[in-house]
Amino acid sequence: MKEQGMSLIVKRVTKITVSLIFLFGVYIVLHGHISPGGGFAGGVIIALSFIHLVLAFGKETALKRLSEAAASVIESLGGLFFWGIGLLGLFAGGVFFINVLPKGRPFDLFSSGSILLSNVAIAMKVGAGLFAIFIAMAVLRIPVDEGDKQKR
Amino acid sequence: MSLYILCLILFSIGVYCLLVKKNLVKKIVGLGIMDYALNLFFILLGYRWNSDAPIMDKNIVITSFVDPLPQALILTSIVIGLGVTALMVAIAVRIYEKYKTFNIDEIRRLRE
Amino acid sequence: MLELEVILIFMIVAAVMAMEIEDLLSSVIALGAVGIGLTLEFLILRAPDLAITQLVVEILSLIILIRATVGRDVSPVKTGIKWGYFAFALLFVSVFLWFSYQAIMGLPSFGSPIMKVGSEYISEGVRWTHATNIVSAIILDFRGYDTLGEATVLFTSVVGVVAVLRMVGKKR
Repeated sequence: MKEQGMSLIVKRVTKITVSLIFLFGVYIVLHGHISPGGGFAGGVIIALSFIHLVLAFGKETALKRLSEAAASVIESLGGLFFWGIGLLGLFAGGVFFINVLPKGRPFDLFSSGSILLSNVAIAMKVGAGLFAIFIAMAVLRIPVDEGDKQKR
Repeated sequence: MSLYILCLILFSIGVYCLLVKKNLVKKIVGLGIMDYALNLFFILLGYRWNSDAPIMDKNIVITSFVDPLPQALILTSIVIGLGVTALMVAIAVRIYEKYKTFNIDEIRRLRE
Repeated sequence: MLELEVILIFMIVAAVMAMEIEDLLSSVIALGAVGIGLTLEFLILRAPDLAITQLVVEILSLIILIRATVGRDVSPVKTGIKWGYFAFALLFVSVFLWFSYQAIMGLPSFGSPIMKVGSEYISEGVRWTHATNIVSAIILDFRGYDTLGEATVLFTSVVGVVAVLRMVGKKR
């Protein structure tokens, strides 16, 4: 059976680094309101950690962790979550996207009300969406490419 | 002022690449260059001399910040640019599947 | 700020290379060099949020573009340049440059922005939102509606990519 993915060294290093990259993405997302970063950058970093997994191990191992259907569900949930935050402001405060949650003290992790939640929603949306783009672009095309090479 | 003009030159390189090159991937590259030049131009407009990034610090009181509004607009624009690039690449790949070439002259000839 | 000019000239050189080089893979990698130069510019212009985002987005778009070009039509097609197109493009670019030069002369000089809304966000932002990253406060609180529109655009592009690419996948 043909082994999928890259060589053994790449796989070992990937096993060590991929969780660290994922953790760094989560850190960037959660500290978006007190330090540089935020939902966009953190979401792309989370997507890159899964893409790293796809590139090193081949598609089966990575899609076991996060399948394409799950990615689209997470993306839609992120969009709905963000929209719900806006609606919460509309119904509780009278203005779309007004910040009605308790704000806490500045420089704390759990401060600034809905901005933290919005960062998480944006990160879900961007990360899962870009991972779905990569899966559609990289994995679904492979049979056609091999057909091209045989023809040559 | 020279920075603005250099930024414009970068933008017009993208426009030229989009207009003259026959290859679909080259056209995508030209649009990407235009995207970069536009983003850079907005951030250049918001810069203020001797000031800091618009992020407060707990211990140091910073008095002068750069303008945060262009940064906020461009932050969303960068991610949209990636989405647009991905969509263009997807359409180019589909065209390649059908006609086996990226050259638009060939595609026009094959379509007839 | 001499370093800004130097990096911008580097970006221009990389853009010309990306435009004129024959091999598609080299062209895409030169585009990546333009993006890395842009990241450095953002860092010097005091925009760390943008620098982080641009760096990771650059890596991802480079992966996507390489995936699109590698193994495909790598043999450069030698087509003679059409002088009509060339002259038209040159005329268009020079007219564009002339008008935008006139427009730039009316802007405030580099380093002294005059927008009032930005200073309002800076002075009142922390009091209203309690978020100390003001860029984050703007995109998710003051201008959350813009970000909702951006999320819609991204969703549309994801749906478009998946729909465009899956049509063949089902058929086979």
